[in-house]
Parts: sequence; C-alpha cells; structure tokens
Amino acid sequence: MGLSSEQLAIRVRDLVVGFGEQIVLDHLSLDVRRGEILGLVGASGGGKSVLLRTIIGLIPKRRGKIEVLGIDLDIATEQEMHLIGRRCGILFQQGALFSALTVLQNVQFPMREYLTLSDRMRRDIAMAKLEMVGLNLDDADKLPAQLSGGMTKRVALARALALDPEIVFLDEPTSGLDPIAAGDFDDLIRTLHQTLGLTVFMVTHDLHSLNVVCERIAALADGKVAAEGSMAAMLASEHPWVRAYFRGKRARVLVREPNSQQIEAR
Amino acid sequence: MDLPAPLRSAIVGGQVELTAAGSWTAAHAAQLELLVDAAVREFSTAHSMLIDIVGIRELDTFGAYLLERLARSASERGREVRWAGVPDRYRGLLEEIRQVNRRQPASREKRNTFLSAIERLGQRAIELGDDLVGLIAMFGAIGQAAVRALAHPRTFRFTSAVHQLDRVGWQAVPIVVLITFLIGAIIAQQGIFHFRKFGADDYVVDLVGILVLREIGVLLVAIMVAGRSGSSYTAELGSMKMREEIDALRTMGLDPVEVLILPRVLALVLAMPVLTFLGSMAALYGGGLVAWLYGGMSPEIFIARLKEAISIDHFKVGMIKAPFMAFVIGAVACSEGLKVKGSAESLGLQTTTSVVKSIFLVIVLDGMFAIFFASIGL
Repeated sequence: MGLSSEQLAIRVRDLVVGFGEQIVLDHLSLDVRRGEILGLVGASGGGKSVLLRTIIGLIPKRRGKIEVLGIDLDIATEQEMHLIGRRCGILFQQGALFSALTVLQNVQFPMREYLTLSDRMRRDIAMAKLEMVGLNLDDADKLPAQLSGGMTKRVALARALALDPEIVFLDEPTSGLDPIAAGDFDDLIRTLHQTLGLTVFMVTHDLHSLNVVCERIAALADGKVAAEGSMAAMLASEHPWVRAYFRGKRARVLVREPNSQQIEAR
Repeated sequence: MDLPAPLRSAIVGGQVELTAAGSWTAAHAAQLELLVDAAVREFSTAHSMLIDIVGIRELDTFGAYLLERLARSASERGREVRWAGVPDRYRGLLEEIRQVNRRQPASREKRNTFLSAIERLGQRAIELGDDLVGLIAMFGAIGQAAVRALAHPRTFRFTSAVHQLDRVGWQAVPIVVLITFLIGAIIAQQGIFHFRKFGADDYVVDLVGILVLREIGVLLVAIMVAGRSGSSYTAELGSMKMREEIDALRTMGLDPVEVLILPRVLALVLAMPVLTFLGSMAALYGGGLVAWLYGGMSPEIFIARLKEAISIDHFKVGMIKAPFMAFVIGAVACSEGLKVKGSAESLGLQTTTSVVKSIFLVIVLDGMFAIFFASIGL
C-alpha cells in the first residue's frame, strides 16, 4: 500500500482471531492513515467489533501483527503500552460509563490516572470537553443512570477525548440514537476531527454516517477486508456482500440522495 | 536540540509580550500551569497583552486551555488582549476553547451541616416508614398471588418452584449441615470446659439439646439462608429489573409477583423447615461427638440424657419458627430486588440491604416468638 509507518495510525497485517473452532478474522490486513476517518462495515456478527477489540488489546489474537502509532503491540514495553493507552480513546457501544461516578468524574477519570493536574484545571478541562460534545453544564453532576441514550454517548465521547488522544475508536456511535441525534453526533465527530486533528476508527452500521462522516470505508466480509476506499469505490465494488450492502433496498434511499444533495450544494 | 523556554515575557512600552513555544500538551500541563499562573500574577496590572504563539510546535486542548486562561485573566480586568502568530491548524481549537467555560454553573448554596444532619435523619425516618409499608405491601401481594394460585392451580409456576427448591433447599444442605455441625460441637466443647469446674459436665446435654432445638438451629439456618439464597433472589430480580425483563412481563399482562416471586418464596418456605431439621440434627450430632471425644461421655449416655432433657415441645418451638422466617427472608429479598434501579451500584446496594434487613427481621421475629411461647407456656 506504499505508505510509510509514519503516516499510519494503525497497521494490521495477517491478523487471525478465533474463538474455539470458529475463525472470525482470517488473515486480515488493514491500514488506518493518520488524520483520517475510517468507517468499518460488515455483517452483524461478522467480526467488526472483534477487530476493534483486538486492536485495543481486549481480545487475544492467534496470528499476525498489529502496530498502533508505529509501535508493534507484541514487542511493546510496558511503558510503550501505557503511552498507547494514553494516546487512544475508546467509545464503547453502550457508553461503558462508570455508574458510580458522576458525569464530570467520569470525564476526569482518565486525567486523574494519567496526568498530575491541579483540581481547578482538571475541572475546567473536563467542563470544556463536556461543552465540546454539546452537553449542558447542569448535567455534569448527574449520574450515568439519569442520562438518555444520546447523552450517554456524548459523555462517553467526552471521556474518550479526555486526554486529547490521537486515535479515537468508536464502536457503533450512532446506534440506538434517533435520526436527529445521530445526525448531530455525525456533525460532532466531524467537527472534533477537524479541531483536534483526530484519527477516527469507526465501526458502524449507519449508512448515512458512513456517507457523511467517513473519508474511507473498509468492508469486512468472510473475515477479510472485501473492499476498501471511498463511497464511490464501495458502490463500484463487485463483491457480492458489498454490493448487497451498498446497493440494497435501504442503501438506495440513504446513499444516493445525500450524495446528490452534496453535489447540488456545490 | 536546544529547546526555547515554554513561556517568555517582555514588557514593551507598558504592553506585556508573552511568547509561548514548544509543546503545549497534556504531558507538560502541570509545569505549564505553574508558568501561566505566575505570569497571570505578575502581569495582571499591565495595560495590554500580546500573546505570540508562533513558536508552538504542539498544541492540544490542555495547552489551548492554559493560553486561554492567560488571555482571560487579562480580558476580565478590561485589558486588551491580542494574539500573534496563530497557525491555521490551531485556529479552530483555540476558537473552540474560547467558547467554553464561559458560564459559571450555578453555585450550590452553602448548607448548615447541623441542619442537613437533622434533615438526613428525618429523611431516613421517612424512608424507614416507606420501607415498612413496602414490605407489608409485598406480604399482601404474595398473599394475593397465593390465593389466586389456589383458586386457579394451573397458573402456578410449578417448574419454577421445583427449580428454586433445588437451588435453595437441596443445594444448600451441605453447607448448612457443615456449619451447624461445627457450631453444635463448639457449644458442647465450651459447655464441658466451663461446667467441669462445678462438676456439672452432664448438663452439657441439656445445654446443647435445648439451645440447638429451640434457638440456635433455626436462627443459624435462617441467617445462612438469608445470606445465601436471599441475596441471590435480590441480585437475580434486580438484574431482571435492570434489563427491563420485569417490565416486559408486566406488559404481557403477567404479574411479576405471581410469575417470579411466589415460586421463590414458596420454595424458601418449604425448604427452610427441612434445612432447620437437618441443621438441628447435625448440631446435636456434633455436640454428641464432642461430648464423647472431649468430655468422655459415651453416646449411649448422651442419648439417654438427651431424652430426659428435651421434650417434643422444644423441637416444635424451633420448627414452627422456620417457615415464618423463610417467608420474611423471601419477601424482603424480593421487594429489595424490585427496588433496584439502572446502575450496577444500586444492585450491590440493594443486595446488601436485603441481607442486613432480613437478618435483622429474623432476629426480631425470633424475639417475638420467644414472648409468644413464654406467654402460652410452651
């Protein structure tokens, strides 16, 4: 693929992951460039979340090589792993907010663990992050159980961004949100990507957010990357699953229309 | 590489010129904050401020926030603040940070600690009352469900009740028998040790027999059942509540009390007398064993003395209490389970509350039975 490891945020080569007899990822290779928003699509149960979880080290791999920010995870020292932990932020599908802590404490948690900051600064930065993800300051003292689905996702994103990471992993960020909230969330990801210069690795099912947010798309089928590239490349792909996904009944409405709107707007 | 100082200052004609350079990122935030605070203190009286950030190589939210803090300290005093050398790539971030933290959240009013302590006490009293009402409501709901099940036996969840009976009865036998056996042995050992001073070794049989059959047997079993089965009821129903399973049942027109709680409570009410019987026997066995091995009293004598010392009344007093205690444990465990809210913390809290409350109520109930039996002369 001709890109040096300097320009790559994540480099996956020949990855094999399985549970028992079942092979989920079969010699998969994927690159994520620095500063891009990559969308990963695939069938339910097809290994999207498994890939994400393997990259962040939650699931052990059987074979292959994963490099995050130029560091090979197999030979990384503890110090390097610590550094990677600090430079990556993860938004879990259900938010995974700590239920015993308030919203503000949740966002402060990574800062407390990794940085020595004054109380005032930690508070102000956490408040700033909450405002950046569009939350009201009055929500800061609420507990996660008191939040709606969309708010939970926003708080989780604020927590993922707490340490100004270079890579943000998003696991189905718009699932379970109504179309307006999902659209707002798409805009939010795009804005934050621009202001903070983030690399975003996004697992999603949402064709609309793939179309609006993602610069590049990778389609996962049969444990491999079946197609990779822009939305146009996806639409042109002849792989049967990719065809069914991007040119199916639901896709026709969602994908074509916004595209034509964009063209008109220009 | 020769690194320039992160923040340099110069005063040119009454204007402070601050030049930031290097990495203004999270990793250096602690030192940078000290520099910024020092600069704020030092230059708060200057007429105007110029912040030059052309030398900054890396900037993130933390650095941007500190620069903004510097600028705000001056602008809040009505001084003029100008920026110089802002690279395009950081313009968006600085602009974003300028927007935030503008509004101070409504500060909470200071409260009198003494008054708030009294307020808490009052709230606890109200909660206690609510708990009592809730528990009585649960008794009523279980009773209602039981009557309905009697009227329409086909609606009773027989399979579920048998399954629960297996869990709280059969599977609890080993641990209940082991612990009561040990306690019986300990009581006998202590009895022999102290009675021997008065030459009254033989009375250890009375001690073990009456104590175990009347009080210790049933109380120990009740406490173990509350800790073992009551807590699992609470956790189970609580997590069902968290995952909206209980709401799903309700919307299907089913009564959770009938479907989930009645079989559980009934299983407990059936299991507890059996466990109490087994536990009491194990305790007597442990006592007899110790009397034989430690006190030198042969098993024949122990049994003969036991026959004289205890009557069927002692046994009845213990056994009568068992189902009532089981009912209280079951009702408390289930009503606490239904009080669980969305968070994992609340599940843990209610489980603890369930065990503490049911053990407390079991002991209160035991006291009330003692008064009752004394007044009817049993």
